[in-house]
Amino acid sequence: MNNNLKFITGLTPTKLSVNTAAQKNASHVLDTTELPTTRTEAWKYTRVAKIGKIDFKNEASTVTSIDDKKVIDSPHTLVFVNGRFSKELSADTFPAGVSVKPLSTLDGISTQEEFEGDIFGALNLAYLNDGLHITIEKKAVVEEPIQVIHILKGEAQLSNFKVQIDAEDFSKATVVQGFFSDDASNSFVNYTSDIQVGVNTHFTIEKIQDEEAGNFHIGTDSVSQGKDSTFTINTITLNGSLVRNNLNIDVIGENCTTNLNCGYLLKEKQHVDNHTVVDHRVPNCNSNELYKGVMDENSTAVFNGKVFVRQDAQKINAFQSNRNVLLSDNATVNSKPELEIYADDVKCSHGSTTGQLDDDAIYYLRARGLSKSAAVQLLVSAFIAEVIAEVGNEDVKTYIYKRLNERFGWDINPEDFG
Amino acid sequence: MATYTEDDLAKDLEGKEYEFGFTTDIESDKAPKGLNEDIIRFISAKKEEPEWMLEFRLDAYRTWLEMTEPEWAHVRYDKPDFQDITYYAAPKQSKKYESWDDVDPEMKETMSKLGISMEEQKRLTGVAVDFVMDSVSVATSFKAKLKELGIIFCSFSEAVQEYPELVQKYMGTVVPKQDNFYAALNSAVFTDGSFCYIPKGVRCPMELSTYFRINESGTGQFERTLVVADKGSYVSYLEGCTAPQRDENQLHAAVVELIALDDAEIKYSTVQNWFPGDKEGKGGVFNFVTKRGMCHTNSKISWTQVETGSAVTWKYPSCVLKGDNSIGEFYSVAVTNNFQQADTGTKMIHIGKNTKSTIISKGISAGQSQNSYRGLVQIHKNAENARNFSQCDSLLMTDRCGAHTFPYIECKNSTAKIEHEATTSKIGEDQIFYCLQRGIDEEKAISLIVNGYAKEVLNQLPMEFAVEAQKLLTISLEGSVG
Repeated sequence: MNNNLKFITGLTPTKLSVNTAAQKNASHVLDTTELPTTRTEAWKYTRVAKIGKIDFKNEASTVTSIDDKKVIDSPHTLVFVNGRFSKELSADTFPAGVSVKPLSTLDGISTQEEFEGDIFGALNLAYLNDGLHITIEKKAVVEEPIQVIHILKGEAQLSNFKVQIDAEDFSKATVVQGFFSDDASNSFVNYTSDIQVGVNTHFTIEKIQDEEAGNFHIGTDSVSQGKDSTFTINTITLNGSLVRNNLNIDVIGENCTTNLNCGYLLKEKQHVDNHTVVDHRVPNCNSNELYKGVMDENSTAVFNGKVFVRQDAQKINAFQSNRNVLLSDNATVNSKPELEIYADDVKCSHGSTTGQLDDDAIYYLRARGLSKSAAVQLLVSAFIAEVIAEVGNEDVKTYIYKRLNERFGWDINPEDFG
Repeated sequence: MATYTEDDLAKDLEGKEYEFGFTTDIESDKAPKGLNEDIIRFISAKKEEPEWMLEFRLDAYRTWLEMTEPEWAHVRYDKPDFQDITYYAAPKQSKKYESWDDVDPEMKETMSKLGISMEEQKRLTGVAVDFVMDSVSVATSFKAKLKELGIIFCSFSEAVQEYPELVQKYMGTVVPKQDNFYAALNSAVFTDGSFCYIPKGVRCPMELSTYFRINESGTGQFERTLVVADKGSYVSYLEGCTAPQRDENQLHAAVVELIALDDAEIKYSTVQNWFPGDKEGKGGVFNFVTKRGMCHTNSKISWTQVETGSAVTWKYPSCVLKGDNSIGEFYSVAVTNNFQQADTGTKMIHIGKNTKSTIISKGISAGQSQNSYRGLVQIHKNAENARNFSQCDSLLMTDRCGAHTFPYIECKNSTAKIEHEATTSKIGEDQIFYCLQRGIDEEKAISLIVNGYAKEVLNQLPMEFAVEAQKLLTISLEGSVG
């Protein structure tokens, strides 16, 4: 019995038909692995001990409307509450070439079988509530985005939620993910994904994280990219007390492009931890990472980016950039951009900066009649706009600026930033 | 003439055998192999140490017993068997040397092979050399001249005898004996090293240098260096290493502590050329070193290192910027070849206000070697206006070597400015093409580019050292430089 995860005894094990080998491994990991501490390298800057102290339940719940809990107005929206599919709130028609099935309706779920000590991955599988399987058919070009909304509801609820996406060869699609909460506190969404990007496929995820303060979010996206494909993920973290995003990108086909962009604006006691691994196993690929954050009050941001270039994976261009602005003396930034390179004909670089707003710039704006707060708002929003500009969908962009205006009392007109 | 390409250079690098592989046959006064409290008592008694020193060693040993060997570094090696090492080996001496003429001629020979003949040194260079051979200082020159200024520069064991109050006051204050596995081991069994004290307001008129040398087969070398620069003083300290060719792995676990009191400045330069192992990756020195400096108000510590040797290097010269307005610098060139592995970098701990640090690290990997930069920049909450600039570049010479960067950047103050950038690439074909266009042949072009690449660091070395450093660095280019 695991000493760290006492709440497990109060949970209902998954009713989904996950393959037995994976389940066996998951329960083995849960039995034998302790919650990571700051002595574990991957969790050096993030404490998760408090998760072990909460008496989580994984109960179903309902919400009546998602009017204020959606990123875009899309007829192709799928809603999950505490990890369970909400049929009433979800669409049942999808664009041509797209088929969507809740995991609970599948006969068997195929997923990774090894967890390598990943306790949250094992927890997710062993107690999986539900999830989604999206197939983008071969050669399908889907212009309208598919929206997946997850809502966390209630006190001390644990939602184990999984998204599987199979973007088949020569297809193109965008998925908008929104993580929200409704009257939730001390609740925890433990999310995983398995994403297959096929040959010559363009696949984009726009991810918005907006759970209320007092809740936890740990998510792992596992992506595998086939030949000539492009994968883009834009993550914007707007709220949530403890947010941990793991992005594991396996580039297994040549001539791939990988774009990872992320913006985070933190205040209060927020803690946001972004871990990325881009594993270049084959030659002739590009990867770009842009992580920008603004930290105010007592917030903490962590960035740990790792780029692997395997032996013989020549002609790789890998760029990694992490830029942070600290607005308060109680805010903390921990940045760890890593390169591990075993091939010589590569161009790889990373940059990390931490600083504050330029006094001269603030003075310049104030000299032109802007109040100090207006000057700060302008500089901060311009700083973060570089990441938001990467978001491809205009409606998503509008939503992000709307939420930033609400949360930080700004009055930004999204059109100012194009 | 056939063009000289990177492939040829890589071949040359592989074929390059260790230059200083010779051994001297001097009868050793050895302790039995193995490590236990009796051995430590033996070392301590042998060195006629006072009680507090023995206590320090035993305390460190007991801590060490409870520690486990660290595994986080990006290196692979067969762990040394700590019971299979001779912890004390001193060249046999029937009596202390009265004058230079009394010194064993064979030892003189060794020194001249190393190019540091004492006479030469004395007459020509004005460099005082504290020559450490298998852990015991044999000859120290220029002592008198330094003494006039009140500068103390002697072997560590001499300092323990002559200046116990200074040693007691500063030893273990920067690198505590329980700091890490190898620092604890060193604290328990260190045999000798150097001690340097610069009094208030004195500017040391010459570069102080120590040559370390591992000689006895199977002897681990555990050096301890302590440099104290009192208020307003300045010292430039040089350290160079060569080791003879041996087949079994030798362990070198040194501790270097620097203390720069208010307004003082210490410049510490290292050229490290321990035996790196042969082409098959057999043999070579394990270099597990703990180096750290403590900066008080308005002081400055500057580390410069040229790392070309050792089979496994594990070394992070660090600065604790405790005082306001203090400055830490780290300049490093690390060259790895064949099966060498290096995991090296620095730590800059900003505690005081207006502290500044600069990190310039240049890695060159060839053969099948692995070269890692691992660094920490930490800005504490009260370190107002702290400033850091880090640049870590890696050059890859073959498609079988690796270059890695693991920077840790931790900031808890909003007035700090931290910049870190790293690049990894090989010599660009366009760079070589540019040189060729201007009539510089390929082999010269490669030499030019590699030298230019490392220039920023080599420029930091004192004159006396720059020559040796360049020689070591361009060893890899031999046969290509016309």
